[in-house]
Amino acid sequence: MIDKIVETPDEALRDVQDGATIMFGGFVSAGTPSNLILALQRRGTKRITGIANNIGLGDKLDVLCEKRQLAKFIATFAIRASGGRQSMFEELYRRGEVELELVPQGTFVERIRSGGAGLGGVLTRTGLGTMVEDGKQTVSVEGTEYLLEKPLHADFAFIKAWKADRMGNLVYRRAGRNFNPIMATAADIVIAEVEQVVDVEELDPERIGTPGVYVDRVVQCEPVAVRWDA
Amino acid sequence: MPDSARPAGLSRELIALRVAQELREGMVVNLGIGLPTLVSNFLPPGEEVIFQGENGVLGYTGISEEEFDPDVINAGGQPITLGPGASFFDSAVSFAMIRGGHIDVAVLGGLEVSEKGDLANWYLPERGGGSIGGAMDLACGAERLIIAMSHTNREDGPRIRKECEFPLTAPGVVDLIVTDLAVIDVEPEGLLLREVAPGVSPEDVQARTEPRLRLSPDLREMQL
Repeated sequence: MIDKIVETPDEALRDVQDGATIMFGGFVSAGTPSNLILALQRRGTKRITGIANNIGLGDKLDVLCEKRQLAKFIATFAIRASGGRQSMFEELYRRGEVELELVPQGTFVERIRSGGAGLGGVLTRTGLGTMVEDGKQTVSVEGTEYLLEKPLHADFAFIKAWKADRMGNLVYRRAGRNFNPIMATAADIVIAEVEQVVDVEELDPERIGTPGVYVDRVVQCEPVAVRWDA
Repeated sequence: MPDSARPAGLSRELIALRVAQELREGMVVNLGIGLPTLVSNFLPPGEEVIFQGENGVLGYTGISEEEFDPDVINAGGQPITLGPGASFFDSAVSFAMIRGGHIDVAVLGGLEVSEKGDLANWYLPERGGGSIGGAMDLACGAERLIIAMSHTNREDGPRIRKECEFPLTAPGVVDLIVTDLAVIDVEPEGLLLREVAPGVSPEDVQARTEPRLRLSPDLREMQL
């Protein structure tokens, strides 16, 4: 019998090694796998390359800065141009202790989609004529210039859903979907934190947001809510 | 810096109200973080405007005062209320909407706008940082781009420039600039001053704008 349910977040992370590349789903407070992030902090894994939309904005990822677990981060939003609050990540970044690759959000999700769908990258006009263009190839298609953006793939994806069954089928809730179903396609091992594990007949096949084939481990946790307003 | 004292100009709320006058029934609109989020408070009564949040929501109506639900937020992390016909979707669908030309209007904040419609709004050199978020995609993908910002910087220097000094968000994308002092169209021939704020003269606006403004034949005071 297929059974992807794991008892604890710590057990779900059992083979995460130093130097791993990890995608984290979520957008600010929505759909963020906070329990898996806290388990990663407890595990003390070092030299992580993190891939997430944001860090330091109600996402718990900032805790990975407490003991310098991050070597590099790929994100769309990490450093604020205004405002008084400063995240630990911003502090480390300003001291040159962590590398940051900033990516436009649409390019970010399409690079992950490419990585998960076996594509060689995406062509986009976003970023042309800006710093984002530096060092990248441009391609002309029928007279229009595009930037070539390469796929993103990871060793692990930590994602968050609302409900799951033992086959790994996932149902998302409201704006908790965001990057989770895309990241679920683009990593070698996909670990899903969910609020409820339900019987395998219970989920409506029409409502499955991520089919179980993409998911390796499921762990049920009490959700951790962190509020953050821009 | 101009010699004359700076006119008071509009509050943030009145800038948002003036931007809201550009929105029409049925339009799909994305509001950026900061001042633009206020625009949803000033919709013409009875008109159905569909707000998109790039985090994956279509059809939110405003900011919610109810108990916080971490999964019901806009792209600024604020709790939102949902209108009839609202939907949720993933980030790939969201940015297909934005990059595929399905958003009628984006309203974003600005640090600088050039007379060619170049936008700089993501990186502040004096703070040694900034973030891109959805700004570059929205600037490139929206059918019409409105920039809502203060007309001048903290030193009363112009934010509307011949060339942007700050790193660009996208070149040649801005259609309309709404500030606390003026409403300005970005046209192929240059900038056209269409409206001035109450108590503000065209000379006040020009004194705080680096490139030369052409005056619209219909130049008028904003109707607020």
